[in-house]
Amino acid sequence: MSHAGSPRWPVWLVLLASAALVSLPLPDSFTPFRPPWAAIAIIYWIMMWPRAVGIGSAWILGLLLDILQGDLLGQNAFSLSVIGYLTMRFHLQIRIFPLWQLTMTVFALLAINAFILFWIDGVAGHPSAGFARWTQVITGGILWPPVMTIMDRIRERLQRHGPTFP
Amino acid sequence: MALSRPDSDQRTFRNTGYGLRTVMLCILSVAIMALDHNNEHLKSIRSVLSAAVHPIRLLIDAPLSLGHWIGDNAATRSELLDENHRLKKKNLILNARLQRLVALEAENTRLRALLDSTAKVNGRVLIAEILSVDMNPFRHRITINKGSKDGIYVGQALIDADGIIGQVVRNQFFSAEALLITDVDHALPVEIVRNRLRTIAVGTGDLERLSLPFLPRNADVVDGDRLVTSGLGGTFPPGYPVGTIHEISSDSGEPFLNVSATPAAALNRIREVLLIWPEPDSAQRAADEDSAGAARPPEEAGTIAPQKNTAAGDLQ
Repeated sequence: MSHAGSPRWPVWLVLLASAALVSLPLPDSFTPFRPPWAAIAIIYWIMMWPRAVGIGSAWILGLLLDILQGDLLGQNAFSLSVIGYLTMRFHLQIRIFPLWQLTMTVFALLAINAFILFWIDGVAGHPSAGFARWTQVITGGILWPPVMTIMDRIRERLQRHGPTFP
Repeated sequence: MALSRPDSDQRTFRNTGYGLRTVMLCILSVAIMALDHNNEHLKSIRSVLSAAVHPIRLLIDAPLSLGHWIGDNAATRSELLDENHRLKKKNLILNARLQRLVALEAENTRLRALLDSTAKVNGRVLIAEILSVDMNPFRHRITINKGSKDGIYVGQALIDADGIIGQVVRNQFFSAEALLITDVDHALPVEIVRNRLRTIAVGTGDLERLSLPFLPRNADVVDGDRLVTSGLGGTFPPGYPVGTIHEISSDSGEPFLNVSATPAAALNRIREVLLIWPEPDSAQRAADEDSAGAARPPEEAGTIAPQKNTAAGDLQ
């Protein structure tokens, strides 16, 4: 029954895919509605499988995102580490929340993420992004329930198969 | 419900070291940010990491490239004939213009010889393709598929068929990042074609608009004036189109006009860009122009060499 030996590389594939989704080209008018995929993925995986995904993974994913987006190196790494820590700290509580409460929590975590990015932008003297950064948080929160259903499928597959993942 | 058996291992997961690890990683992040912010100390690290994520970039770009490729291959014969026809016509017109250009270039060389200045030669160009990878959506940046392996350098100018696009700000091995002229962090020295009035065009964060905030209220600008690069500052070679002025307004009490311009290049529709290498001595000349045009120290005013290039600019 133990899945301690379940392979972790598929999780990394999901995390990399989330980073790729962040950089997927979309028309400019969609910018305010683009959800912060990487933050959502990190919250989900740390909450549901803290053995496989930890703060270190969050940091590395953040660094990857910084490179892909041409941001200040360390900006996303910092914010993802912080929300990774918060998720890890409360993962036992939040994963038994009813869905609406969980969605609210994710909302709050995404808002913290956006705030940290906003704050670092301010300190570094980069122009503020205006409203788009905050509307992205709202889209992310709204998309949480369906995203969670999909990720649950992936996780169940991974954990059921154990060490011999196909 | 899916939540029923999260992490179905019966023993609760207890990881005690993660608080300390978070603190360490946060300190590390702050250190990296400080180093990255100050004069790009981490250029080489960024370059290595960027090479590592290059496959991801290519992967993101792949569907769109495939789309283009399919579009190209699936074009019907009549479409191709049409396009061929159009291009032939365009080529004819361009050739006709080029004939005049040859004469003008000869004249220019003669006049420059009279002024004891070096002749301009055409710079080397390289075609690069923009990778369809969205960078931080709040900044106007693009990634191109040529990097330091092709001899690209930081500060190099990017143009398309209609005008200036931007400049290279980060140079990696396989790719490079460029800042568009409409980014809020970007400013470029321009002059008005009609009267060679020099000013600065600043990005606004809007792809369709540049702002010219430093024109005094009595400046001679009219709606429709065309802007070209002035070559001051040394980054952009002189004479390339930048945009057209489309709105002038003035608030009484403000010392400067509010002037905005439309960029000449179609910044949101480009796929291919040209990287230009300026003629070898242009950096030197631009530096001369800069010092002579901006401050003009008295000891230089007496010499001929630095002055000749600003002669035209000072006629206004």
